[in-house]
Amino acid sequence: MSSITASRVLAPVGTAGKLFAFGLDVARGLFKRPFQMREFLQQAWFIASVTIIPTALVAIPFGAVIALQVGGLIKQFGAQSFTGSAAVLAVVREAGPIATSLLIAGAAGSAIAADLGARKIREELDAMMVLGIDPIQRLVVPRVLACMLVAFFLNGLVSVVGVAGGYVFNVVLQDGTPGAYLASFTALAQLPDLWQGMVKALVFGLIAAIVACYKGMNAAGGPKGVGDAVNESVVISFMLLFVVNFVMSAIYIQLVPPKTG
Amino acid sequence: MGVEIKVDNLSKSFGKQLIWGDVSLTIPAGEVSVMLGPSGTGKSVFLKALIGLLKPDTGSILIEGTDIASCSEKDLYAIRKLFGVLFQDGAMFGSMNLFDNVAFPLREHTKKTESQIRDVVMEKMDLVGLIGAEDKLPGEISGGMRKRAGLARALVLDPEILLIDEPDSGLDPVRTSFINQLFIDLNAQIDATFLIVTHDINTARTVPDNIGLLYHKHLAMFGPREMLLSSEEPVVRQFLNAQTVGPIGMSEEKDADELEAEKDLDMPPLPPIPLQLEPSNGIPRRSQREPGGWCRDNGVTPPPGSFDHKMSMTTGG
Repeated sequence: MSSITASRVLAPVGTAGKLFAFGLDVARGLFKRPFQMREFLQQAWFIASVTIIPTALVAIPFGAVIALQVGGLIKQFGAQSFTGSAAVLAVVREAGPIATSLLIAGAAGSAIAADLGARKIREELDAMMVLGIDPIQRLVVPRVLACMLVAFFLNGLVSVVGVAGGYVFNVVLQDGTPGAYLASFTALAQLPDLWQGMVKALVFGLIAAIVACYKGMNAAGGPKGVGDAVNESVVISFMLLFVVNFVMSAIYIQLVPPKTG
Repeated sequence: MGVEIKVDNLSKSFGKQLIWGDVSLTIPAGEVSVMLGPSGTGKSVFLKALIGLLKPDTGSILIEGTDIASCSEKDLYAIRKLFGVLFQDGAMFGSMNLFDNVAFPLREHTKKTESQIRDVVMEKMDLVGLIGAEDKLPGEISGGMRKRAGLARALVLDPEILLIDEPDSGLDPVRTSFINQLFIDLNAQIDATFLIVTHDINTARTVPDNIGLLYHKHLAMFGPREMLLSSEEPVVRQFLNAQTVGPIGMSEEKDADELEAEKDLDMPPLPPIPLQLEPSNGIPRRSQREPGGWCRDNGVTPPPGSFDHKMSMTTGG
C-alpha cells in the first residue's frame, strides 16, 4: 500500500524528469544535420497563421485595460502625463510576453500536440523510426525553432498593438493628450525592458513547443488519447509559462535597476 | 538472401502485467514464418520488440551479430535499414501523397536522382497494383489500398527482413488471397526473411514455411508448417483448426469448470493439411519444401486427404 502511495506521489517527478530528458534530446537533435529547412518554414508559417490575428485581437483589449486601470488611478495622483509610460512599461514588460505565451501555448501548442498525437496513434512515428529517421530531429526540432521564432515576432506585435490600443483608449476615452502619452514613453521604460520581453518570448516559445511535442509524441490509447494529450499540453504549458514568467521578472528586476527621473 | 533473426529468452511486461515471457526462437533466413496467437496475446508487441520500438525486459534479439535489445540508438537506426515493416493500417504519412510516401525512404537514405526514384517507386506501385493512385492522399483511399501502399513503401529499400502486421485485417477474402500470393511471389523474387503476424487461419495454413503460436504469455510452439498442422498439442490443434473445444476460452484461458464440462468432448479429427501456396510463375522458391516432406522425415502420418491438389482451402471444425 505504502509503495502505491509513494509511486503516486513520485509520479509527477518522473514525468518532469522525462519532459526534461525530452528537452535534452531536442537540444541534441538541434545539431544533427541535415537541418529540416522546409519543415521549419512550413511550421513557422502555420504557427504564424493560427496566432497572428488572435494575438492582435487579444493585445488591443490588453493595452486598453491597462490604460483604463492605470489611467484612473494615476488621475487621482494628478500624474496623468505619465499614463503613456505606465502603459509602455506594463505592455512591453509583462503583457506582451504573457499574451504571446497564452497564444503560443493555446493555439500553436494545441495544434502541434494534436498533429503529433494523431501521427503517434496512426503509427506514423513508429513507421518513421523504422525507416531509420529520428522523429525528434525530423519533426520536433523544426517545430520548436518555429515556435520560438514566431513567439519572438508575436511579442513585437503585441507590444506595438498593445501600446497603440492604450493610446487610443487614453486619448479618446480618458481625455488624455496625445502629446503627453507619447512624450512620457521613455520616462520610465528603457531599452532593457524590450530585451527582456524578447528573451521571455523566446523562452516561452521553447517551453510551449517542447511540452506540446512531448505530450503529442506520448499520446496513447486511440483518438481519446490525442484529446487528452492536447488538453494536458495546454494546461501544463500554461502553468509552466506563468511560473517561468514570474521567475524571469523577479530576476530582471534584481539585475536591471529601474530608470529614475 | 535474407537474414536470420535469433530471439533468445525474451520477455516483456507493461507495469506488472507480463505480456509474454521466455520466448526463444530462430526465424530462419529467407523463409516465410507466421506468428499466430489469440487476440491480445502481444503479437504486435513482439513485432515492435523485433524492430526495437519497444525494449524487452530481458533476453536478446540477434540480427547479423547485433543485439537489437541492447544496442545503441545509432546501431539501431543502422540495422533498421535491413527491415521493411508493414504496419496494421499501413502507417502512411498523412501529409504526403502515395508517391511521396513510397519515395520517402529512397529520398532519405539513397543518393538516387528523381528519375531513378520515380522508376523504383513506379515498379513497386505496379507490384502492389496501385498504378494510377500515386497522387492520392492516404486519407482518400480505402484501408486495403493503404495497406498495399504500405507494402510498397516497405519494399523500396529491398529489405532483407520483411515484418508484416496483420496483412489480412480489413481486407476482403479475395484481396487477402491476392496479398498472400504476393508475399509468396515476393519471397521467391527477393529471398528476404518474412515474418507475418496474423490470426487468419487460412493464411497460416497455406502461406508459411514455419508457424509460431503465442498463447497464454509464452510461445506455445514454433516449427515447420507441417509440424504444427499435424500436431496433437491441444492449444495448437484448437487454434489452427478454429475450434471451440480446447484450452483457449473467450477470455484468454478457460477455467476449471469449463474444462470439466467439455472433458468428455473429443476434439474433432485433424483436417487434412493443405498444399502450400506456390509462386505464380511455377518456379519453386529457394526455401520451399516438398509437400509432406517434414511428415515423412519425422515419421508422422499426416491426416488423411492431406496434400491433395483438388482440396479446397476450408478449415475444419
